[in-house]
This record gives sequence, structure tokens and C-alpha cells, in this order.
Amino acid sequence: MEHVFFPPLSRVAVCGGTHGNELTGVYMVREMQKQTMDKDGPVSVTAVLANPPAVDACRRYIDTDLNRCFTDALLSAPLTDSSPYELRRAHELNAQFGPKGSKEAVDLLCDLHNTTANMGLSLILYSLDWITLHICKYLQSKISSPVRVIQLNIPISEVYSLEAVGKHGLAIEIGPQPHGVVRADIYNMMKKAVDLTLEWLQKFNTGSIFEGGEVEAFTFAKSIDYPRDPTTGEITAAIHPQLQDNDFKLLQPGDPVFMSFSRETVKYEGEPLYPFFVNECAYYEKKIAFHLAQRKNLSIPTISVKRD
Amino acid sequence: MEVEEVERLPRLSRVAVCGGTHGNELSGVYLVRELLKVKKKKKKEEEDEDGGAMSVLLVLSNPRAMQQCLRYIDTDLNRCFTHACLIGPTLDKTPYEMRRARELNAMLGPKGSAGAMDLICDLHNTTANMGLSLITYSDHDWICMHIFRHLQRQIPDTPVRYIHYDVTSKESYSLDSVGKHGFAMEVGPQPHGVVRSNIYTTMKSGVQYMLDWVHFFNSGVIFDGGFMDVFTVVKHIDYPRDGETHNITAAIHPQLQDRDFCLLRPGDPLFQTFSGETLRYTGSEPLYPFFINESAYYEKGIALCLARKRRVKIPSVRVQTEEEERQNEQRYTSEEEE
Repeated sequence: MEHVFFPPLSRVAVCGGTHGNELTGVYMVREMQKQTMDKDGPVSVTAVLANPPAVDACRRYIDTDLNRCFTDALLSAPLTDSSPYELRRAHELNAQFGPKGSKEAVDLLCDLHNTTANMGLSLILYSLDWITLHICKYLQSKISSPVRVIQLNIPISEVYSLEAVGKHGLAIEIGPQPHGVVRADIYNMMKKAVDLTLEWLQKFNTGSIFEGGEVEAFTFAKSIDYPRDPTTGEITAAIHPQLQDNDFKLLQPGDPVFMSFSRETVKYEGEPLYPFFVNECAYYEKKIAFHLAQRKNLSIPTISVKRD
Repeated sequence: MEVEEVERLPRLSRVAVCGGTHGNELSGVYLVRELLKVKKKKKKEEEDEDGGAMSVLLVLSNPRAMQQCLRYIDTDLNRCFTHACLIGPTLDKTPYEMRRARELNAMLGPKGSAGAMDLICDLHNTTANMGLSLITYSDHDWICMHIFRHLQRQIPDTPVRYIHYDVTSKESYSLDSVGKHGFAMEVGPQPHGVVRSNIYTTMKSGVQYMLDWVHFFNSGVIFDGGFMDVFTVVKHIDYPRDGETHNITAAIHPQLQDRDFCLLRPGDPLFQTFSGETLRYTGSEPLYPFFINESAYYEKGIALCLARKRRVKIPSVRVQTEEEERQNEQRYTSEEEE
């Protein structure tokens, strides 16, 4: 692949509390706001709490999931008196860090999340973006525990999450951590990931060349819901003990996936795929027990900053 | 040879198992629903064969909170059972959970009266790594303590502990205090709003073995006494907080996280600030921590609770004969009047 050049990445936003009860990002942003952000470099970093009322209430959201409000359609639709709080907030954040898709948008938007699933440190991207893939590669090279890259292939106009507002966007998802709890080990991991991301930007802007190569990624294939009671809609089973906490371990047809409350096992039927977001608390209401992905190797080119 | 006295205790004819007292502690919610299903099916299939030994009432304590998967709607239901809360007037502005507590008190109590449930088992989950813990207000309630011992023996692959809050009956604030005997069965770690299969199974076993024990007890089995460890609560410690915002400024230290019931000594790390500093335990007495990093306790100003561990001797027990029961009832009534 040909060497690719990018303009300097001078404006970065780090967002926490997009879901008000995912506390690592909340405390990271608060800590970042305390430190003087300007270090000796060309990168300006703004740390922001994306959903302050939800943070105050320690809830995922007030009216609706903020991290589903950033599609082009939702951002361009006019607000009315009855617009949910999060939609208004999405418009505000889009004005502050975007507008999405425009030249004025921040160069990188990094959104911090937690999950109750055993996903370790996972980086979520929406497309084949060489900048964010190189950041992922850098983190993988510097962190000894597994760093997984999850790619959701959705056209940018339909991408619904906050990080799509930046020219380049990355969600840092760390688990397992219960919502409403802050664990020191998870906080330390998030701090490392954010520090390394800013370090990479520094190196990039000052001319480092980042060699291309291959990055292993998990690309979203489909979701599976819990078995539910047809009348009440209540779940009738929990994730099977043999699947619980086994995010990113290949799931084969015939493997147990659910155990009903009356002790019956439900087995997986389908092609061999990699589960993730296994037993994420916030997904019960979205009717997702877990996602499934294919594993691919993505080729990325060598990149460096474009010197004018 | 010393002949040990066997403590004779009244039959436990009415037992209540409650789930969803906190609407987002899901093991109890799904377990009670499952038990209700099984009960319904049994009634359809055969005559109700209640041989008079024991009746089990299954209760979903806080349905509105369960519907929204929240701990509570207005106020924590499991703090509404003090005598003062229960006897207060019900007005328009009375919080939902206060009203509900009074309903539950009428259904399962009244607290302190001869008509109260013999045993209440209230099901809870915690984000803390507490295995299966029985939480009570007494260190000499032989029923609860024998049930504990039975669970400990029957569930060898999960740590089972007995926690005692030294609080008087009047001041006891939780649902389980409504019964003549009662305890909370707390199982963790599990995030609120999540149901983990292994945690559900542990709770299911806990309830099953408890009901088995009650059945054996009622049918005259003698349970031998012995010794057991009791964790009596001494105090709790809050997170360090910012003076202005009141936000926490540190998390439980990685070396303490998940180490519930491992002795905490003076000088041991307690918290790690968000700027990386270690804060240490400055108490003078080594104590046993539990409820370490329980999500619902951030707002109550509790980072962890601390307890002393004691070895307590429990007597052998068996159920009273009917004659003994009649004699005892008279004694109970006069105690009530005291």
C-alpha cells in the first residue's frame, strides 16, 4: 500500500459520561479538567462531560440514549418543544465539536465508555479510518493485555454515536465494570489508553512515520436476543455460564448460549462467530444478549503528517 | 460427660421469600418469578398438599421499581421498616416506598406481633465480591444461625458468611426485620440490572436449602450445635470527597477491590486517588471489610463496611412440641407487653 499523508491533528475532544452511569469516563474527564491541558505541543485537548444531568442522576440517560442521537438525520432535524433532552444535547455537542462532516469538526473525538461485559480494553470504530486504526495498532503495541478492535461497518451518515462528530472518531470501551461503580484497575487502564492516544497524536504531529501492516479486527455480523416470554416480554434465560465472561472466544454451533431459569440449556445455531458485549446491562432493553462478529485482518498503509 | 441442652423453638409454619426489594437486583426478581411459576403449575397438577408443615409466601416487594429496573422510585424500600416509619401517617406526599413498606408490614407482619411471618428471607444482589452472605440483626437467633450453617455445608463451592448488624428491633430498618426471624440473602458480585447464571444458581440453591432446613426442623430433626464465625459490623468508611462538589476523589484501591472478608490491617492500601496516590487504612484495629465498592452505597456515603469476626457457640435446636408451643406463646405475649 502507498504511504498516506494526513494534515496535523491539532484539536482533540475527550468525552466522558455520554452514559451517565459509566463512571470511568466521568472521573477521567473531571481529572483532565483539573490538570492544565496544554502541554508543550500543538495538540489542544478539550475534556467534556457529554451528558451532565445523566451523570448527576447516575443514570444511562434522562429521556433517550444520547449515543444514538448522532445520525445525520437526527442532527439536521429541527428541535421542537417536545424534543427529548438528549436530542437537544446532541445538537449542542455537534455545534461544539462538529458540525459532523464539516471542516470545522475536531480532528479526533475520543468517547469513553464502560461495559458490564468482559471485554477488557476494546476500541470501537465505524469505518476503515487509517488514523484511528493506527492509534489502535499503537495501543496494541504498548499494552500487554489484549486490546481488541471492533469495526461496525456503517456509512458515516448513519453512524449514530458521538465520536462520529469528529473528523476521526474512536470509542474506548472498557469492562467488566458494573454501571454506577468505579474500579481502580479499570480507571488505570482507561488512563493508559487515553495517555497513549494523546502520545500517538503528539508523535504524529511532530513527524513520526507509522509503519503500515495488519490489524486484527472484529467486524460486527449480527445480534442475538434473550429468549423471552411471548406474553410478558420478560427474559426467560440468562447467558449460559460457559458463555458468560467469554467475549471474543469463538462460538461454535452446538455451544451453550443460554440457561433458562428452569435450568434448560439453549445452544447456538449458526456459523462460528466471535461474541462480544456478552451480558451488557444496558442492552437488555435493546433486546441484545450479545453481538457476534467475524475476525478479519485489516491492511493499513504507512502514514505520517503532511508537511505544508 | 456433659449433656448439652437442646434449645426448643417454635415451629416455622409461615415462611416468606421476597425478591425485587431493590428493583434492579435481578437474581431475586427472576427467582421469585420462577418459584411463582412452579407453584402455579403444581396447583394445577395436583391438590394443594399442604400437610400443615410449612407454607411459603412468594413476594415481589417493589414492583414499580422492578418495572423500571431501578433500585427504588422515591426512597430505598429497605430502609422503611423501622417502627417509626411503619406507624407514621400515610399522606398524599408519602413516598411510594413508605406506603409499600406499610403494605408489606400488613402482609408479612405486623412487625413485632404474634401474627408476623415466622421467617422472612429477602433476596438481594451486590456489586461487591461477597459470595453468599446472610445479613441479620442478631448474633443469637439460633434459627438464622442454623440455617447459615446448613447453607455453608450444602454449598461448598461458594463462600457463605454470616453478618450481624447490632441494631435493636425498633431501629432495624429492613424488610427481613418484619418477621419473627429473618435475614437478607445477599449474593454477589453481580452488576445491578444484570442477571448472571452462576449467581442465580447460587441464590436458587440458597433458597432451596433454606426451605429444606425449615422442613426438616418442623418435622423434628435435631440440629447439633457447634461453633460458627459471626462478622459483627463495627463501622463504615466513606470515599474521600471534594470539599465543594462532594464528588468522590478516589476509587477503592486495586489491592482491596474484591477482597471482601480478607483482614484489613492498619497501613494497608484503602483508596487510589484519580491522580494516582495511595491512601491507607488509618484505623487502629484490624477489621474485616465487606460491601467493598457496592454501587448503591456511593450515595449513602459508604465505600466499605468493617466488621469484627468472632467465634460464636450455637446450641443444638429442635422444634417444640405442641405443648411447649402453647406455653411459649404465653411467654411471647408477655414479652411483647414489656
